[in-house]
Parts: sequence; C-alpha cells; structure tokens
Amino acid sequence: MAKTKQPLPAWADIILIPLINLFIAFAVSSIIIYLIGENPFEAFKVMIEGAFGTSEGIGYTLYYATNFIFTGLAVAIAFHAMLFNIGGEGQAYIGGLGVAVALLALDGILPFWALFPIAIIAGMLFGAAWAAIPAYLQAYRGSHIVITTIMFNFIAANLMVYLLVNIFIVPGSMTPESRVFTENAQLPFMHEMLGWIGIQISESPLNLSFIVALVVSILFWIYVWHTRWGYATRAVGFSESAAEYAGIDPKKIIMVTMLISGGLAGLAGLNEVMGVQHKLMLDFVAGYGFTGIAVALMGRNHPVGIILSSILFGALFQGGAELAFEMPAISKEMVFVIQGLIILFSGALAYMSKPWLERFFSLFVGDNSSEMEVA
Amino acid sequence: MEFALTDILSILAATIRVSTPLIFAAMAGIFSERSGIVDISLEGKLLAGAFAAASVAAVTGSPWLGLLAAIVVNMLLSLIHGFASITHNGDQVVSGVAINIIVSGLTVVLGMAWFHRAGQTPTLPSDARFMPIHLPGTEALSHIPILGDIYTKLISGHNLLVYVAFLSVAVTWWVLFKTRFGLRLRAVGENPNAVDTAGISVAFLRYRAVLIAGILTGIGGTYISIAQNASFIRDMSAGQGYIALAAMIFGKWKPLPAMFACFLFGFLDALAMRLQGVSLPYVGEIPVQFIQASPYILTVILLAGFVGRAVAPKADGVPYVKER
Repeated sequence: MAKTKQPLPAWADIILIPLINLFIAFAVSSIIIYLIGENPFEAFKVMIEGAFGTSEGIGYTLYYATNFIFTGLAVAIAFHAMLFNIGGEGQAYIGGLGVAVALLALDGILPFWALFPIAIIAGMLFGAAWAAIPAYLQAYRGSHIVITTIMFNFIAANLMVYLLVNIFIVPGSMTPESRVFTENAQLPFMHEMLGWIGIQISESPLNLSFIVALVVSILFWIYVWHTRWGYATRAVGFSESAAEYAGIDPKKIIMVTMLISGGLAGLAGLNEVMGVQHKLMLDFVAGYGFTGIAVALMGRNHPVGIILSSILFGALFQGGAELAFEMPAISKEMVFVIQGLIILFSGALAYMSKPWLERFFSLFVGDNSSEMEVA
Repeated sequence: MEFALTDILSILAATIRVSTPLIFAAMAGIFSERSGIVDISLEGKLLAGAFAAASVAAVTGSPWLGLLAAIVVNMLLSLIHGFASITHNGDQVVSGVAINIIVSGLTVVLGMAWFHRAGQTPTLPSDARFMPIHLPGTEALSHIPILGDIYTKLISGHNLLVYVAFLSVAVTWWVLFKTRFGLRLRAVGENPNAVDTAGISVAFLRYRAVLIAGILTGIGGTYISIAQNASFIRDMSAGQGYIALAAMIFGKWKPLPAMFACFLFGFLDALAMRLQGVSLPYVGEIPVQFIQASPYILTVILLAGFVGRAVAPKADGVPYVKER
C-alpha cells in the first residue's frame, strides 16, 4: 500500500507551486544564456535594472503590462468557462481597428471626454465581434474554439493588411498607416498627467489606459465572483452538464463569455492605438495576445495574479530590450524564449512538482496521514 | 493556347513546391492527433527543423547532416511535448503554444549567437542544399507536345524532398491502415481505455506517434530552409504549420484527403502570387489578402459543419489518466 499523500496546504498551492514553476523556467533560461556565452546573473541584473531602475524603465514596464492585463484577463475569463481563447491576438488587432474607426470618424467633431468612452466601447465591440463567430461555432456547431480562433488570427492579419493598404492609407503615402488622430483623440501620457499635479517623471508610452486596465480588473473580479453571470460561467467551466441541470444554458454562457473575452482583448487596441501610436498601423499587437495566455496561466485566472504577472512580463519585455542593448550577443528575442518556458512550466507542466511537494509536506505531518487513510 | 499551358504548368509546379512542407506537417499532425495528442506545435517544429537544417548545413556543408539535425531536434521537441502532455497530462494546446513561442525566439537568439546575423543563417552554396533533380528521360520526352511538357515541367525538376513528401503520404496511409501499430495507434486516439485494458501501453504508443511527427516535421522544416530557400530567415515557417493543421482537419484526419487539402491550399497560395495586381475579366482585381486568408476561411466553414462534418478522433486532446 502506497503511503497516502497529504493534500497540500493552500498557500503552497497558490504561492509555492507558481514560484517553483517560475524558478524552473528562469533556470532553463539561464542555461541557455550561459550556453550562448554570457553570464546569466549579469543578464538578469541588466534586465531588472532596465525594467525597474529608472522611472522611464518603470513607465515602459507598466505600458507593456497594460497590454498584458487586457489580453490576460481575456484569456482568463474564457478559461473560467473552460474555453481556450487563443485568438486574443486577432481580437486585439480588430479591437484596435474599432478604436481607430471611431476616432478617425469623430476626432474632428467631438471633444476628448466624449471620444474616450466611445473609443473604449468601439474597441470592445470590435474585439467581441471578432470572437463572436468562433464563439457561435463552439456553442452551437461544436467546432473546436482553439482551431477557429487560430484561423481568425490569420484572417484578422490579412484583413488588416487589406484595409490599411487599400482604405486607411494616407493618399500618396507609401507606408500602410492611417493619418494621425487629432490631439483631442489621444489618451494623455502618464508623464503628462503627473506633470499636471506637479510630479515630474521621465517620458514613456505609459498612458491613461493603464488606469482603465486596473478598473477593468476590479470589474472582472466583481463579475466572475460576485454576479450570477460569473457564477454561471464558472459552473459551466466546472461541468457543462451539471450547469445545465442547475438551469444554466451553457450555450448562452459560452457566447457571453467569449464576447467579454474578445472585448477585453480589444482593449489592448485602446492602449496601442489611442494611447501610444495615435494612428492605425500594421502589427501593433506584436504577440501581446499570446503573452496573455502566459499571463493568465501564471496569474491563475485571478485579477490580482494577472496584474502581478503582467508586471513581470512587462519587466521581461522592457528588460529584454535593455539586455539586447547591453549584451549584443543576446538578441531581444530571448524574452520570447523565457516567455515560452514560463508557459511550458507554469502551464503545461504546472503540477510537475506537486507529487514531490506532497511527499515533502507529508514528512512533517506523518502521523496525520495514517488517520486520513482510515477516514 | 501554348502560352496558357505553360502558365498552368508553372502554377501547378509552384503548387507542388508550396504544398510540400504542408504535406509533411499535415502527415505529422495526423500521426499525432490520431493517437490522441493535439499538436499546435507543428508550426514551431517546422521552424525549428528549418533552423537546425540550415545551421548544420552551413557549418558542415552537407544537406544530409542538416536533415539529420532537423529530425533529431524535432524529435527532442516532440519528447518535450510528450513529456508535458502524455507523462504529466498537461494541457496539450498550452504545451504546443509554449513550444511555438520558444522556437520562434530561440531560433533568432541562437542565430544571432552563432552566425552574428539577426535571425539568419549564412546563404548556402548549392552543394549544401537539396537541388532540383531531373528525372531520367526528360531530354527525350521533352519533344512530345503536351505530355512532354507535363513531364519535364511538372513531374520532373523538383528536389528530392518533394518526392519524399509524396512517399510520406503513402507510407502514412500504409502504417495507419495496414499495420498492427497503425490499428493500435488509431484505437488509442479513439478509446485509450480499451487499448489499456488490452495490455498495451497508451503512453508508449502516444510517444511513438509524436516522435514520428517529429521526424516528419523535421523533413518539412529542412525542405523550407535548404531546399526551397538557401538559408534560414526568422519566422520563415510563416503560419505554414497552422495551414497544415487546417489541411489535416480539412482532410478529416485521413492521409490522402489531407494531401489534397494541402494541394488546394498550396494552389491558392501559388495563385495569390500569380494574381498579384492582375485584373480578371468580370471579377476585377481580387485582393491578394483575400486569397491568402482563404485557407483559414475555408477551414472555418468546414468546421462549422455546413459542408460535410470534420469529426476529430474521440480522445484527441484528452489526457489519459489510468483508473485505479
């Protein structure tokens, strides 16, 4: 008879396991950096200093984090209903299109305080619309959402090239970009806002949408854990058939959850298009949708975890740029390697360390385990 | 008329060239998914294979060593995917996404470290590549009207790996449907419980399936970097792994239909290159982006179940947990 293992204490499950996974991912990354011929400790020091050492670095870190909070929440809400939305990339892209369409149409007419909510709504609506067809096909036709959302990422990429080259391009220009929005259609940068109240920080792309991201995180928490819809979402994620017996319509929940997910991803377009670029351009999403998967996995689908892991990934992206600058032998794509390793170890191999930990913990509570066994 | 025939032949020959990596990846996907392991990482494996082949061929000058390296690297990636999704019952999609992201970054990082070029390997001389082969009799047959043209321009004149791709379809079909291993492999993708009850190891079968997928994507990756092109360029797989995934679904997880789906998607790609900026009678100019997006659109329509249903193997993507 095998020795029965103690269930892990909650703190070990919530804090220790993610930290162990993170540690393994960074250990493997260190080995790769070492093999390239650089000192991994030096490399991580450069990254941490680059990400947090200056107010400019912090600004960039939080600017990247803004995108990741949005795409991370998008992946997380779908995970709560046991749906894997891999299409955050396309939804954020199309969400940015929505923001741009609204602003290009109205920036000559309306003041900022009217454009701001309109842009938010437009970004969410476009993002949600891009998630709607995969959601419908999953709910009502049984086609697998992973595959359809991947396909929609590619369709979005092609659609955006078409629209930018043929419709949004400034006549006579060679670069596929829209015109720049007027100033009343640009989100204020954080250094500007803090400047108004007398605080001076260095310039960075960090802007008002970071605040939007924090507010949305709170709304996310309320929705998932304190509303009937959120309860139904988690119920469907737990067991579709059980939810159905409880009078919940899983099809409807799948639709609603995916629309919210697409809407959240669409907000990453708000940060990039209205907050930073101030125009519509190609490839502004740059993989943020995929990073959202890593963020949601690491953050355990909870807004607090998602904000923390978004800041971690923001620091990775910002620190990685510094790293490429300081150590030319390491290109900035090292960040993607680390990101992929984090997804591997805290996602697919999340519980690799669990059996060992359980054995480790049962060493200290050896006597209880025999009682447990009887019970 | 003569002009039209050469035109058609050149589009068809381009179709074959473009379809080859898709075929390798689609066959890899069939092996993996028929055994119950979803493989999103076809894309990353094509890229990893392309990088390994181009790097080793650049250093050693031998395309064969390049091919070997690509196969070995991709079998290692398959083992990682297997370790996560077979041994640890991890989420197969998550594992696949992780591999794709790792490869897309690591190929650039290593390319930079080894060759000091941003995400590129040195351009290969022709004897370090797989070059077009001229099948016997092209001289003699080229004088025959139509048939001679078809033989010399369409059937002959591809590199070795193109013919291997065709062979891989036949072999895949034979292994899956005519051998005991294939029967068990299909069974484990439908009902692993029954296979386990019969005393056959589910994990071992699935590991072998993903390793075969590693070999096939290794050849596909090799084709992309050292046969179709003369060096590795960052992200050169450019979504072909996903198109192969789509082709596999389009072909309903069967080798021959999947191959035809690859041809269809390859044809659309060749057509898109050809139709760039060309205005057609009645239709006008078709946006290239629309043709490029069409494999994805077609797959979604198929998945929607409006034109024949695509039903995945029953245990596809479901980790097998032995009941005690």
